[in-house]
Amino acid sequence: MSRDAQGGGVLLAGGTVIDILGERRVDVRISGGAIAEVGERLDAADDEVIDVSTMVIAPGFVDLHTHLREPGMTEAETIETGSRAAALGGYTAVVAMPNTDPTQDCVSVVDFVRAEGRRAGLCDVHPSASITVGRAGERLVPFAELAAAGVRIFTDDGSGVQDDGLMRRALEYAGELGLTLAQHCEVSSLTAGAVMHEGECCSHLGLPGWPALAEELMVHRDIELVRLTGSPVHLLHLSTARSVELVRAAKADGLPVTAEATPHHISLTDERLRGFDPLFKVNPPLRTIRDVEEVRRGLIDGTIDAIATDHAPHPGHAKERPLDSAPPGMLGLETAFGVARAHLDLPLRDLIALLSWRPAAIAGLGHLHGRPVEVGEPANLTVLDPSVEWTVDPDALASRSSNTPYRDVPLVGRPRHTFLHGDAVVRDGVATR
Amino acid sequence: MSARHLRGIDDVGADGLLRLLDLTDHMAEVGRRANPKVPALRGRTVCNLFFEDSTRTRMSFDTAAKRLSADTMTLAVGSSSVNKGESLRDTVETLEAMGVDAFVIRHRSSGVPWRISEWCTASVINAGDGWHQHPTQALLDLYTIRAERAARGAEGFENLRVGIVGDIRHSRVARSLTEALVLLGASVLHIGPRTLMPPTPLAPSTDDLDAALADLDVVYLLRMQLERIDSAVVPTGEEYSRRFALTPERAKRLGENVLVMHPGPMNRGVEITVDPAHLPGSVITQQVTNGIAARMAVLFDLLGGVDLDVGSPAIGSGGAAS
Repeated sequence: MSRDAQGGGVLLAGGTVIDILGERRVDVRISGGAIAEVGERLDAADDEVIDVSTMVIAPGFVDLHTHLREPGMTEAETIETGSRAAALGGYTAVVAMPNTDPTQDCVSVVDFVRAEGRRAGLCDVHPSASITVGRAGERLVPFAELAAAGVRIFTDDGSGVQDDGLMRRALEYAGELGLTLAQHCEVSSLTAGAVMHEGECCSHLGLPGWPALAEELMVHRDIELVRLTGSPVHLLHLSTARSVELVRAAKADGLPVTAEATPHHISLTDERLRGFDPLFKVNPPLRTIRDVEEVRRGLIDGTIDAIATDHAPHPGHAKERPLDSAPPGMLGLETAFGVARAHLDLPLRDLIALLSWRPAAIAGLGHLHGRPVEVGEPANLTVLDPSVEWTVDPDALASRSSNTPYRDVPLVGRPRHTFLHGDAVVRDGVATR
Repeated sequence: MSARHLRGIDDVGADGLLRLLDLTDHMAEVGRRANPKVPALRGRTVCNLFFEDSTRTRMSFDTAAKRLSADTMTLAVGSSSVNKGESLRDTVETLEAMGVDAFVIRHRSSGVPWRISEWCTASVINAGDGWHQHPTQALLDLYTIRAERAARGAEGFENLRVGIVGDIRHSRVARSLTEALVLLGASVLHIGPRTLMPPTPLAPSTDDLDAALADLDVVYLLRMQLERIDSAVVPTGEEYSRRFALTPERAKRLGENVLVMHPGPMNRGVEITVDPAHLPGSVITQQVTNGIAARMAVLFDLLGGVDLDVGSPAIGSGGAAS
């Protein structure tokens, strides 16, 4: 289906490669789905030449946290539209969250998601599965059967596993199978009816608060369960200063704990809710500037391993409900790079690490994504224009929904081409399928 | 220059509040006429949009609009979960297409008047949103305090000490009134258990009503929702009453010029266990009466009403006779 079939490949000429090995100025030839040649001033032969002389060639991004909404909520997003948004955002792989309808808690649903991803052909869609059947927090899913179907990440995302004993058993059972459980940290008895961060802002606005403690208690519990069981846990979308501290201490103890943070939790605060616009409602909620700064610090010092979008599409009418009944969530895939770049004081290579090879390793995709740009490696690449200035236009996004909190926000840097297994799925900022 | 909306106290500020209080005086005068009706808003349409039941507030607004000769329409949508899926925007845009100059909005969810004001060109008046704001209640309370204190020989808000007792956390009345009183220079004390206070205090607070009583000029009792007791925010109604109700014993300790207020409807036996009719300082009935005048002032101000006396058949006959 690519040009490769006709013999000619693609030559990325004049760019700078940034990958796990470092930074170098080399040309990259892509052919047959893989990287065929890397070197200075490669001969074009019968390749199509793409001038990338002002750009950065990097391994494609990997999103640990994408809600594709299919099956069940295709008014908000489909696997195809979400994959397109991912490809445009520089992603070559996404982990699809299991809170679909029906839930991704059995092989048939997981297979459906994977097959639809393949059919769309815009990025590798790796379904996660829930930890408990129907995400109801009661019975464990068939981990081994789902693992055999290729699932590596298990999570009840949308809610946390409340029952301590059940979470302990899940860790013992899944850990043995080499699987990773990912936790949405929220003690639900502390967040009943919660709409936004509990603090000064919610006190003025008369809205029920979501205390930082509700996240931190579960972060703490899970760290202690990891200590007990030895099984790994990945902590989703950390949002509070104290959560970052807890993870930092757990890592210092050598525990197999990983964590992610979202672009919105490092760029926006709860003050944004002052206009009561549900575009700024998200779970966990936007926090205070102090939390934002500590989450940034956690990403910079390596306490937090990855940037994950928590891309959560919702149709326009759902975000026109009153704030307390509107669903939480915001788009993220197409703005992640620009937003992260604006809010993290990091060299480009460290930023790409947080978006590419670090999350690839957590997702169990390190053999396919986030690879060094070397001969023989799969050509899953994004070509970034690091200096292009652009403004977010919700209606111009590829996602079926437009609930971005960054309307009219100017950003610097954007993926320009994306290659999936050698195929140019995005060319000059436009999806090719 | 008047504001376009009255969604919260910060839409008007201190100067705006004082202007509205003076305007309320005029409206109260209109209300005392034999024919308490003026043509000030003739041809204007006020839409009462009540997503939450509230007979009293709705009737107060409706009466206020009619006394100013505005046309009114009322949509009582109720607050059941049936309406949760409905797009608020669709509802409002449909109604505005019928020609509405002002929406009076009551909704169980905080913030709804702000959202609606972004979707329409009409003025938006908040008749209570969730736990957030109830600015016309604050205005009628300020007016009542000013008028009743003047009748007792006291002036101004600067040295006034107001204690608001009860469920501050879930109270839009407390939020608006506190903000308004502080803007005008009064001092406010919130009195109740920690479980009924907002996570971050909006004013100095105490859980010792008995100690606080001696230093108050106004005791403002909030309605204690029985559901708070059911959801274990306070242990029992009996315990709440012992600690925070205005009991006959506490009432005896109030100075004779101390005002007792309540936004209604009262839960007798819960936040008040004395008959307010027997309290010299009770101005609860006056609050209700003043509510109409205060809402007339708001409608008149926002909709740019014309001269209060023009065309009024009541001129010269009723006047300020009462």
